Amino acid sequence: MSNTKTQQSGTKRWQLRLYVAGQTPKSITALTNLKKLCETHLAGCYEIEVIDLLKNPKLAAGDQILAIPTLVRKLPTPIKKIIGDLSNETRVLVGLDVRPV
Amino acid sequence: MKNRPQTKPPTPGIAKCPTGIRGLDEITEGGLPQGRPTLICGAAGCGKTLLAVEFIVRGAREFNEPGVFMAFEETGKELSDNVASLGFDLPALIRHKKVAVDYVRVERSEIEETGEFDLEGLFIRLGNAIDTIGAKRVVLDSLEALFAGLPNEAIVRAELRRLFGWLKEKGVTAIITGEQGEKTLTRHGLEEYVSDCVIFLDHRVNNQVATRRLRIVKYRGSAHGTNEYPALIDEQGLNVLPISSLGLHYPVSTAYVSTGIPRLDAMLARKGYFKGSSILVSGTAGSGKSSVAAAFANGVCQRGGRCLYWSSEESPEQIVRNMASIGFDLGRYVRKGLLRFHSIRPTMYGLESHLVTLHKMVSEYRPEAVVMDPITNLSAIGGDGEIKAMLTRVIDFLKTRGVTTIFTSLTSGASVPEQSEVGVSSLMDTWLLLTMVQSASERNRVLYLLKSRGMAHSNQMREFVLTDQGVDLVDVYIGPGAVYTGAARLSQEAHDKAEILAQQQAANLRRRELDQERRNLQAQVAALQTRLANLAAEERVAATLEKQRAEAARRSAAQLAGARKAD
Repeated sequence: MSNTKTQQSGTKRWQLRLYVAGQTPKSITALTNLKKLCETHLAGCYEIEVIDLLKNPKLAAGDQILAIPTLVRKLPTPIKKIIGDLSNETRVLVGLDVRPV
Repeated sequence: MKNRPQTKPPTPGIAKCPTGIRGLDEITEGGLPQGRPTLICGAAGCGKTLLAVEFIVRGAREFNEPGVFMAFEETGKELSDNVASLGFDLPALIRHKKVAVDYVRVERSEIEETGEFDLEGLFIRLGNAIDTIGAKRVVLDSLEALFAGLPNEAIVRAELRRLFGWLKEKGVTAIITGEQGEKTLTRHGLEEYVSDCVIFLDHRVNNQVATRRLRIVKYRGSAHGTNEYPALIDEQGLNVLPISSLGLHYPVSTAYVSTGIPRLDAMLARKGYFKGSSILVSGTAGSGKSSVAAAFANGVCQRGGRCLYWSSEESPEQIVRNMASIGFDLGRYVRKGLLRFHSIRPTMYGLESHLVTLHKMVSEYRPEAVVMDPITNLSAIGGDGEIKAMLTRVIDFLKTRGVTTIFTSLTSGASVPEQSEVGVSSLMDTWLLLTMVQSASERNRVLYLLKSRGMAHSNQMREFVLTDQGVDLVDVYIGPGAVYTGAARLSQEAHDKAEILAQQQAANLRRRELDQERRNLQAQVAALQTRLANLAAEERVAATLEKQRAEAARRSAAQLAGARKAD
């Protein structure tokens, strides 16, 4: 955890992928929470890709998605998975390995 | 697949989905409930996954019903490799879009829960797989991985309930597997979601021998076999044997099968055993049980019939060699395909597995006769009651097929000979008893018929002789107060012969003596008669002389008177 400072400094890109299934309340909540969190903690060095499995069901197997919504941290490695509507900010940050500012 | 038992038409009320698994469709009366989920539960290694894979593969291959296999424990490659040995070519079925395998990895350590979620992802994956190949069958192996992998059990439970409802809506026949719990059928209580059909697999170890069993715990809306059925995993997959469901309704025959020993035939109403009957040959060690069995096998093969020889004591080569020494060339019939050996140590696997193996061999090979030599070795793997139950099933099964069977049973020296070791004599139609009779410092074999249902049979004891030309029965010597066999019989017979000869000689001598005496007397009579005749002749001579003398005297008196000129 000693180097989280440098990770947050913007030298690293955060590539995040949010899997949803249609515009369900949980999905909308998750996306809203995610955007807010990224703006707060990872401003300027993140990208979010939203994948709607209803449109692309085949993509579910690639990241071993079961639960919806699932947030996958593709970068930095290792891959991390966070399930749920991301309403518990502390746990999301722990899951993403981001130290809150 | 040939020899596959025909699936019975579904009983009215509930549609069935045939599994194609041997035996399972019989006890479920047609298969699993169509369009509903079925729970397969059991401890680790009991064959749940195998049953599930077989359901999918056979569905695709034999019933043209594509299937989705969702694996939570093994990857697609592991699964393909594991079932390849059973002749299931999963990759080919996947290529032909008959089967879809989806490996779902749930790793608790990689997942952080941050709020409400559902398992829509799983639904989408499954739904996508089902729609892609038009699946009619689905396997989830095992859903319990979800409990281990996902943090919120309440959500998992709610989602499972939704999943089963969804599967029913989809109209797919599903198998869900679950690990056996401590007091429940499955560790996480899956049975509360799947209520239509629950099948329990068991793999228990008794006397260090493992036996698989399958039981239908419940089957809503359908009759089903309720027993524990023996199951076996062999090179063709899972086998379930509904053998114990047989009743006492087999066709009987009045035809006879030769025993292979002419004089034994003579003892059995001059014809032999009844076709399709069960014969017990019991006796002490070395009394010739196997020889009687081999003689029978030899006789069957000689007439061109097929015979299956189940041996739990000797290897095929050893049996062939040993029987050649008494004139039975069994090797010839093995080469012709008329005789098949199955030599196996009983401890190789459980009683049930032996039963299943036998069942399978008889179904495939279709022998006219079966030899089981000896059944007493089975006691290494089961109690008397279990063996009796197993043999009852063997007998029922073989009788239904009209197969004549010889069981040999070893009687230990200490026990009563009229008591078979495993208590099966009441199941037998014909019982041959072989005993060793010890006398004159040798042991000899004696055979007699203890019973033979439905035929007039001999009550005689016969000495059982093994020669290099086969087996023969010889009349025993029944003397005053004793039965002699072997050398004693021979010496007794020789003794008798000598005695008869002596008596004959004595009689001859006496006859000659009498003859002589008669001749002597006759000679004496002749001599006396001669004397008598002589006497008469002498008398006649004397009389003549007397007459002549009187005549002469009269004449001389007359002459004298004439001379004297008297008167």
